[in-house]
Amino acid sequence: MSAGVSQNVAIRTSPFARAFIYVLLIIIAVYYLLPLYVMVVNSLKPLEEIRQGQMLNLPQTWTLEPWRSAWSTAQIGVSPTGLLPYFTNSFLMVIPAVAIATMLGALNGYVLTKWRFPGDNYVFGLMLFSCFIPFQIVIIPMAAVLGFLGLSGTIPGLILVHTVYGLGFTTLFFRNFYAAFPTELVRSAMIDGAGFFKIFTRILLPLSLPIIIVTVIWQFTNVWNDFLFGASFSDYDSFPMTVALNNLVNSSTGVKEYNVHFAGAILAALPTLIVYVVSGRYFVRGLMAGAVKG
Amino acid sequence: MSAHTTPFMQIAGLRKSYGELEILKGIDIELDEGGFLVLVGPSGCGKSTLLNTIAGLEPISSGTISVQGQAINDLHPSKRDIAMVFQSYALYPNMTVGGNIAFGMEMRGVPKAEREVAIAKVAKTLQISHLLDRKPSQLSGGQRQRVAMGRALVRDPKLFLFDEPLSNLDAKLRVDMRLEIKRLHAATGKTIVYVTHDQIEAMTLATKIAVLKDGELQQFGTPHEIYTKPANIFVADFMGSPSMNLLSATVAEGKGGMELELMQDSKPVRLAIPSSIVGTSIVAGQKVILGIRPEAVTDKDGADRNSKAVALLEGRVELVEPAGSDTFVITHLAGKDVTSRMRADVVVRPGEIVPFAFNLDKAVLFDPETQTRL
Repeated sequence: MSAGVSQNVAIRTSPFARAFIYVLLIIIAVYYLLPLYVMVVNSLKPLEEIRQGQMLNLPQTWTLEPWRSAWSTAQIGVSPTGLLPYFTNSFLMVIPAVAIATMLGALNGYVLTKWRFPGDNYVFGLMLFSCFIPFQIVIIPMAAVLGFLGLSGTIPGLILVHTVYGLGFTTLFFRNFYAAFPTELVRSAMIDGAGFFKIFTRILLPLSLPIIIVTVIWQFTNVWNDFLFGASFSDYDSFPMTVALNNLVNSSTGVKEYNVHFAGAILAALPTLIVYVVSGRYFVRGLMAGAVKG
Repeated sequence: MSAHTTPFMQIAGLRKSYGELEILKGIDIELDEGGFLVLVGPSGCGKSTLLNTIAGLEPISSGTISVQGQAINDLHPSKRDIAMVFQSYALYPNMTVGGNIAFGMEMRGVPKAEREVAIAKVAKTLQISHLLDRKPSQLSGGQRQRVAMGRALVRDPKLFLFDEPLSNLDAKLRVDMRLEIKRLHAATGKTIVYVTHDQIEAMTLATKIAVLKDGELQQFGTPHEIYTKPANIFVADFMGSPSMNLLSATVAEGKGGMELELMQDSKPVRLAIPSSIVGTSIVAGQKVILGIRPEAVTDKDGADRNSKAVALLEGRVELVEPAGSDTFVITHLAGKDVTSRMRADVVVRPGEIVPFAFNLDKAVLFDPETQTRL
């Protein structure tokens, strides 16, 4: 019965509060976008302009030369190839690694939820455990395994490493998605005469798009951005993008071409950005999606 | 049912346990061809598990399930020649209605042309021809229900299994679909096993009812047997709405034979027991539970004229519940509320003392110790 004014009027946000929220959001957005701005403007300047020290200024002379250089002529390690061959390497590594890990994760999730067996939860627990093993711990045993398999320093070797490392997460994603998947659908298909793989490919997979997108984005970003495994298990002709970028930045003798470095860094980040922009809304939706509505 | 002919479906000594926990404790059921068996009971009684074991979706621990004399309990669900309608309908959301109906045939390698013919035929029977190209998400609850039935029908199996198919529908639609199922059963003459927790569905649809509780078969019989001669207090209480009045009484020696003595407001009153309703002998002083359905307790004019054992008993009206078609009047007897079903236009008010007509021909007696019918 207190005279609380706020309880006697309808709920609405005052214009003042709204303005405050927007100002705050804009400040935060600017703060987060500033590094990208610095990278973009400086990658479009000749090197002399950067040397003058005005990092935040727009270019006086606009040029695409740093981009061209980073892409195809810059010195990476010992050869002046630009990032192009390593960009290719990264794709050759990422696409199979993501595809295999996603497929196996989906299959694991399917078995762990719809074909349960004694001890399945322990198996899942162990797979989940693999998500929390730091990269550094496995480097030496992994190197031994790759050596034993004859895959040291090769792209298939990197694919294997990333697939194995990704399995924990992909299994987790799919298991949780399929746990909410109506078991009656599976039973109905069973009575209809569909077998193990038919049920998977005809009933579950067509309804798994949201979680497939989540898994692909997650895996793509992780594998593409990985530096440690790339640096540990690849060779001159199999370096992924991240290692090549490091070599670009660190190996130039003489002048440091900051504008080329900025351009190279943006190039390296571009694929993950594009993947997120294209399918980001599915990412959020997929993380939220629990059940499949009949 | 003679002992020599093999029943169409037979469940014998069926047990199922998860570790120590026994879910089904020795179930014996027989069903004739074209019969409609309803498994009914409160939630957790094992009725859905029993249905799943018939479908082959859950393994059994011991016993046999046979159809036409052949044991099917070791067969894969797809080899049992059954079709099942699930509670959630379990329509494949990614396929059209037509695709849903045809999926089973597709998996069995039926040629496309043949499938099309079968789909068209079933769709016509169920009046869903115009829906064949839609996705399940675009259908109403009743339409989904029809599609689910279509998917079962198109297979033309030996045995139909229904797992609470109407429980997701609203009350009016449920009554409509109940009729539809009954009509379908009459038209096709197929053998059906149907699970529900709704005793009205059980009564209206079944040719045989199996009442389950805690994994034990309480009673197996026709709806009429279950309703009029419940095997025990649980069945009596579970079947029928409003449920049967169950009153503590003592057997006493009367002038014309045995009588029941009940307490009404700390005064004893007596009702004569027709010998026809007692299977075993009862002796004076014995404690019993009198079971009498609300429709056997009426107003004086509404009493069954054919009954020879109508006893009038004055009682105070506690509550009046007009239900439209009937009026339920509640009075107090033997320490309990007694519901009586009177004509809709009966004029009674709470607090009045009116005569209640007990039709004891329709009464049953239970042993309070064993809970079984005497």
